Amino acid sequence: MPTTSAIALAASLLLAAPAADYVALPGGRFLSALPADAKAEAVTVAPFRLRSEPVTNAEFLAFVRTHPQWRRDRVARLFAEPRYLAHWQAADALGPDAPPQQPVTQVSWFAAKAYCESEGARLPTWYEWEFAAAADATRADARKDPAWRERILGWYAHPSTAPLAAIGGEADVYGVRDLHGLIWEWVDDFNSLLVSADSRDQNDPDRLKFCGAGALSLRDTENYAVLMRVAMLSSLKAADTTVNLGFRCAKPADAENK
Amino acid sequence: MYILRTLAVLALTLVTAGLASAAELPGDSLYRLDLTLTDHHGRHFTLAARRGRPQLVSMFYTSCQYVCPLIIDTLKKTQAALTPAERARLDVLLVSFDPARDTPARLAAVFGERKLDAGTWTLARTGPGEVRTLAAALDIQYRALESGDINHSSALVLLDRDGRLRARTDRIGEVDADFVAAVKQALAAP
Repeated sequence: MPTTSAIALAASLLLAAPAADYVALPGGRFLSALPADAKAEAVTVAPFRLRSEPVTNAEFLAFVRTHPQWRRDRVARLFAEPRYLAHWQAADALGPDAPPQQPVTQVSWFAAKAYCESEGARLPTWYEWEFAAAADATRADARKDPAWRERILGWYAHPSTAPLAAIGGEADVYGVRDLHGLIWEWVDDFNSLLVSADSRDQNDPDRLKFCGAGALSLRDTENYAVLMRVAMLSSLKAADTTVNLGFRCAKPADAENK
Repeated sequence: MYILRTLAVLALTLVTAGLASAAELPGDSLYRLDLTLTDHHGRHFTLAARRGRPQLVSMFYTSCQYVCPLIIDTLKKTQAALTPAERARLDVLLVSFDPARDTPARLAAVFGERKLDAGTWTLARTGPGEVRTLAAALDIQYRALESGDINHSSALVLLDRDGRLRARTDRIGEVDADFVAAVKQALAAP
């Protein structure tokens, strides 16, 4: 039973953090780095809405206050490993290592999913994320541009010990920010990115045991930035967290922009 | 008055029992997942209702021609490596990756074809979102291909009576002796 003060607190938090902005993406036929089928040419991405920015520490703090089962001191171990939100000062306070406008990281897939559900949303699928991340400020698909690839790739060379910047990078052609150069992001079907194809389609089953097998079913092997995302996501378990791994949420195309 | 008092006592007992069992569920129990499944008889059940007996859990789909029959074979072989008394106390839960095609009727047909033991085996389906969540919790990867096939990793998972993951094996088609030893240990636990 929520007390009056808890309701007042929740209300003040809602006022403090304006509702997230979701922008429309058209979807369409899309050449993914990870084909839907060995033989398929392209995947179809349905129109959808994507959060323009990743979820911040401030937003996630508001969430754990209203959903205390996701506090780091109460979360069930099945849903988050011990490093979950460990950089926060306390279970209900951000502190100096977690600025409010910085993307929240050290969150598990289960926690990210629960957050998105609390916002009437869901995590984007890999294809949705990849579709969005192909854009730059002027083009829906900038992936063939070597300069663009270079710039994206530059971020991955940075040591992950540097403090994270705040959200609010340059908007792309859809108005989405921070898909590159800030954090890694969970996707709903992170556990669908098994990069080795079905053993029946392979000549040498032993090769499936190695990371290199993934390259057999990956297209566009020059797009290292995307391939690194695939490799990283496919190595994760749902309760895992990392210092650079955050998330954003998605909604169906017909959802209100609230 | 007597009836009221009986009802009150009964209600209190139920509440207490409910609280006690909820309090005891370990934090890392798979039964923390709020999932409803449907078995090969078309009966609905919650995942948490499996609590009480050790389980072997895996995922498959019935239209799979190659690996999935091997998963059933491996589960049978693992059961066969136990004594009859051990076998009777171990349940097997096999959940489909493919809710669109694996209806309860389809699951029941496979149950019959493969002559599965009605006392211990359950074939089940759940919704698409729930399949993703269950696979994530079991650390099983899968991806639907446009051909209708489902690319997936294969694992047998041993849960203890409270739903804690006690062992897993990725060896399919043969008996994993270490896994069998873990099963025996889970069955011997008080």
